[in-house]
Amino acid sequence: MQALWYSLLTVMLIVYVVLDGFDFGAGIVYGLVAKTDAERRQVISAVGPVWDGNEVWLLAAGGTLFFAFPRAYAAGFSGLYMPLIILLWLLILRGLSIELRSHEPYKLWYEFWDWTFRFASILIVIILGAALGNLVRGVPLNADGYFAIPLFTNMLIYPSIGILDYYTVVAGLFALAVLALHGSLFLVWKTDGAVRERSIKLAKRLWWIVIVFAVVTFALTPTVQPGFFTPLFGRVWPLITLLVSLVGFFYIPSSLRGGSDLRPFLGSVVFIAGMLASVAGTLFPNLIVSTISPEYSLTAYTASASMYGLQIGLVWWIIGMILVVGYFTFVYRNLSGKISAQTKGQ
Amino acid sequence: MLWDRLQFAFTVTYHYLFPQLTMGLALIIVFMKWRAIKTDNEKWNRAARFWARIFAINFAVGVVTGIPMEFQFGTNWAGFSNYAGGVIGQTLAMEGVFAFFLESSLLGLFLFGERKMGKRAHFAVAVGLCAGSWLSGYFIIATNAFMQHPVGYAVGANGSLQLASFWQFVLNPWAIWEYAHNMSASVITAATVVASVGALWKLIGKYNEDSNLFLRVGVITALIASVLQIFPTGDQNGKLVADYQPTALAALEGVFKSGSMAPLAIIGQPNVKEQTLENPIVVPGMLSFLAYGSFSATVKGLDAFPQENWPDNIPLLYYAYHIMVGLGTLILALMAISALLIYLKRLEKTRTVLWLLMLAFPFPYIATTAGWLTTELGRQPWIVYNLLRTTAAASPMVNTGDVVFTTIGFVGLYFVIGVGFLYLVGREIARGPIHAEGKE
Repeated sequence: MQALWYSLLTVMLIVYVVLDGFDFGAGIVYGLVAKTDAERRQVISAVGPVWDGNEVWLLAAGGTLFFAFPRAYAAGFSGLYMPLIILLWLLILRGLSIELRSHEPYKLWYEFWDWTFRFASILIVIILGAALGNLVRGVPLNADGYFAIPLFTNMLIYPSIGILDYYTVVAGLFALAVLALHGSLFLVWKTDGAVRERSIKLAKRLWWIVIVFAVVTFALTPTVQPGFFTPLFGRVWPLITLLVSLVGFFYIPSSLRGGSDLRPFLGSVVFIAGMLASVAGTLFPNLIVSTISPEYSLTAYTASASMYGLQIGLVWWIIGMILVVGYFTFVYRNLSGKISAQTKGQ
Repeated sequence: MLWDRLQFAFTVTYHYLFPQLTMGLALIIVFMKWRAIKTDNEKWNRAARFWARIFAINFAVGVVTGIPMEFQFGTNWAGFSNYAGGVIGQTLAMEGVFAFFLESSLLGLFLFGERKMGKRAHFAVAVGLCAGSWLSGYFIIATNAFMQHPVGYAVGANGSLQLASFWQFVLNPWAIWEYAHNMSASVITAATVVASVGALWKLIGKYNEDSNLFLRVGVITALIASVLQIFPTGDQNGKLVADYQPTALAALEGVFKSGSMAPLAIIGQPNVKEQTLENPIVVPGMLSFLAYGSFSATVKGLDAFPQENWPDNIPLLYYAYHIMVGLGTLILALMAISALLIYLKRLEKTRTVLWLLMLAFPFPYIATTAGWLTTELGRQPWIVYNLLRTTAAASPMVNTGDVVFTTIGFVGLYFVIGVGFLYLVGREIARGPIHAEGKE
């Protein structure tokens, strides 16, 4: 049952990253692919109706972590106090920028929100990437099941670690590159005209940058967590999902060359989903790894709620998810088709 | 600890200024859309569209200020989350899965899909949106009710709480009455705001047909909800407090000494040091009657409980409660007078009452906030009543300096949001009801 909830939580986080990832990505590449006000409106219109629904996955995943693994929720959220609160502020600012940008026709007004949108999108993604880096590297979780770490120390992992160190910063930049690519491919799919052209060009370049950061992140991982890759050789799932992820990744340039608009984006979806699933499969059963002692690590088995709670949760979770899939199909079907630069407002 | 409490109090109070309007307004919009279909009169559609724009702005601020709430359970209150997460995590996760997805999916359709989908489909979307926001309210109230009056739990092997009976937990009697009281308050807020905008337009002599409609709908809805607010919902909440939180009852009524024929204080200033109520104006025996249904019933005063179990801010609790009751009564009186004038067809000409209605809109907000202060301060010194003290609930390893920093950050950010919100809402009200047609 705990393993099942671990997987369901992973699935929810993957859906979150894939969905909110494309609107974060659109924010990252916003200034590069959309130059005029009409083009920027075009990008905002592409993400405007969906970003809020996408972000609900973060709340739903957070809620699921809370009820299924309360100890991990308490330790993780309080331990990552400062970056999480900053993340919140950025999420608030970013939401406002999308909603308010086109409310007033004044240049100063929309320039302000354009910058806010880009700045917040970039920083949020780096923080999320760094947070994932922290999960891989481990944190000084103590015997009571709590930890506290400063935002940064000397950027190394000794004598004491910070949330940002050379590894987690690289992980953050890796995430930035991946979601920038994801966002560009989303725009290739959802827009036409100049924005689409520029997105295609940018995506081709970003694809190479992703490779560079992937290799560096991969190579640095053993320096912070020597045993991280060991489970990879003994388990089937992380290996399969990793291969699937690579297939998705290499499908991106070939389908772009083939002139398809939707397929490269789907390639990116498979790439991200596979990669995250592989990381989760490698970490399992750990939720939060302790750098002090492996005994202190919080796992799906030590951090979970009662069996009864998990079973009850499964009942409403399944009902809820069937409804959610219904809503999303409905909404995305209603929003099908490309968004042109001429489309006014929302 | 103190800063954690201040931060949560600030962010949650601020946040709840917005949902209290959206939940009540959603119901009023559904009513307007229903009238539009029934009467086929365009004025109802125009009204629904105007309030949908106000709704959208409120909703957006409600969403962005709501996200921190779910985070703060973990970031600031890790001790509490660790202890009670096995139970309250259920309702919080359910809110995300059942309410948030529904609301976020329907909002866009509701705001921009009217032309595309036809009257009945659009009405259905409005009903769904309303249901989503009311459902959201229930999950939060059920969570709060567990903290007030924990039921359906068991203490697990590691000392933390585990869910023992899902239905007992979700259908907590405290939750049901607290929800009813809270939702009718939300309707009062929304209805008062509707009436208040109507009064404003009436006073400046604009949009005659729309202001009449707003006044009628607002005043009558607020009147009905104000009655429900006192009886049965307020009454039942009071009885629950009397039964399960006697310390809170004693503190919020300013009862220091136990005794039968307990008087109800209308006005007075609690002096905690001397354990007396200064300058009291009281109704003899009334408290005994309200709490236990008999004038001679004994009401336990604070002296019947060890001081360590007293709520830690008795004066604030006492005033919050009295402000809630006082303003609630005033709103009821104002709405009753306005309704009478509407019945006599004289409200339009009675500028004094129109002025009062226009200026009345902050009072339901204040009363609701005071009500929540009463609820939360009355529960002290416990975070989960009789199970976990608030002092044990904060994150053990987060330093106070960090919390001071983030509190200042929240205040700054929310101030900016507040300015923007007032600007946008003010602009909509100034533009009037016709603007809907001009847009796009």
